[in-house]
Amino acid sequence: MDWGVFCKDTITGEASEHCLSSIFQFGKDADPTYLDWLLKAWGWTLLVAVLSLFIALVLGTIMGTLRTIPANVKGGKWLAGFATAWVEVFRNIPVLVQVFVWYHVVPNIFPIMKGLPAYWLVCFALGFYSSARMAEQVRAGIQSLSSGQRMAALALGLSTYQSYRYVILPTAFRIIIPPLTSECMNLIKNTSVAFAVSVPELTLFAMQAQEETSRGVEIYLAVTLLYAFSAFGVNRVMTLIEKRVAIPGARSNLLAIH
Amino acid sequence: MLNLDLSIYNWELFSSYILKGLLFSVQLTVVATIGGIFFGTILALMRLSGKPVLVYVATIYVNTMRSIPLVMVILWFYLLIPILIGTPIGADLSATITFIAFEAAFFCEIVRAGIKSVGTGQTYAAEALGMNYSQTMSLIVLPQAFRNMIPIFMTQTIVLFQDTSLVYAIGAYDLLKGFDIVGKNFGRPIEAYLLAAVTYFLICFSLSKFALWVQSKVAIIK
Repeated sequence: MDWGVFCKDTITGEASEHCLSSIFQFGKDADPTYLDWLLKAWGWTLLVAVLSLFIALVLGTIMGTLRTIPANVKGGKWLAGFATAWVEVFRNIPVLVQVFVWYHVVPNIFPIMKGLPAYWLVCFALGFYSSARMAEQVRAGIQSLSSGQRMAALALGLSTYQSYRYVILPTAFRIIIPPLTSECMNLIKNTSVAFAVSVPELTLFAMQAQEETSRGVEIYLAVTLLYAFSAFGVNRVMTLIEKRVAIPGARSNLLAIH
Repeated sequence: MLNLDLSIYNWELFSSYILKGLLFSVQLTVVATIGGIFFGTILALMRLSGKPVLVYVATIYVNTMRSIPLVMVILWFYLLIPILIGTPIGADLSATITFIAFEAAFFCEIVRAGIKSVGTGQTYAAEALGMNYSQTMSLIVLPQAFRNMIPIFMTQTIVLFQDTSLVYAIGAYDLLKGFDIVGKNFGRPIEAYLLAAVTYFLICFSLSKFALWVQSKVAIIK
């Protein structure tokens, strides 16, 4: 193995004096090395992951909640049906196909999106795709709560919205942190499909740098480790959140006693 | 708004562009499912064997596969197999090997959970009857475990069918690639990608409904 490949200049292919040129020379247009390119690609991967995670969490929460709306609420049936259709559509189409649809088709339906850079469209694709999975987890979390929680909330005079906002969702979210964690880690892994529409993230870097340098093993190893490292980071953050938001002594009581 | 023109889609185009890809996607899914279940079961038995070396090796393999993006796994195999065996192999064969190896890790976890779902009383009863480890596993535990696992197997197979679209990364000719080429050759990518989405949706949606139906049929009443 030859790790010197990361210190090579991406244009000339010669070993560069500085392995990290651009990072310390912001603004100056230093010829970047493969290490610079790798770190920049990592940045793109993380950016896409964070943006699509945000979209997925918002949409997933809304759709998951709507699926559990009681039928006696006005319009509840329609909302629940809409959310079910949402989940079925976005989880039964491969994520790569969804990326292509967002990239090639959606801007033609909504001309306002024509100016959007490719990475935003990928974020929408990944966000919508993951939202279907997260909705299922939110729904499962809500349904795992004892029905007494909902009844108690209504008995206190809370509206349907209030019962979700103050009673059901806070507990449901605490329960689903573990599956949400693995979904977030999946999201990091799924950002790799962004290569297909030329977002300069880790996978595209791996493909292009491998081709240019023929040092595939070193390049792929570095990229793979960065993916694993990112996913591990998400895992740590989520564990931290889980500990921080835990209700002292209430963990086991949250689950339904059917 | 969209100006869809589907007039180019006739049987001839379907059979010469799409069908080839669809067949490869289906073939890849079937082969990877069978191979994945086979090697996944071996991995699961290794993880449950209690022998430290076997547990260690299987656990590392499974965790590694599960923490790398599938696209990277596909690229890794496409890079490494020719280095290891000395001759280049085509994208199709490389994809098949990759998916068997990748799915084995996922099926391993499913089989492991399935084996654990069979009550320990069953194992004790088998041992009390004088059965050895392989008899207990093959005659008592695995048949029940597999029955419990059928619905999850089917769900995983649907996920797998969706994942086969990722062979796009090494240029293998699958269902998505078929539509991709039609879209490029005839200059109408919008219709091509929309039809690809609809096709995948119809296949995966009906399979998932079928899985639900099977689930209601095979569940062991406890």
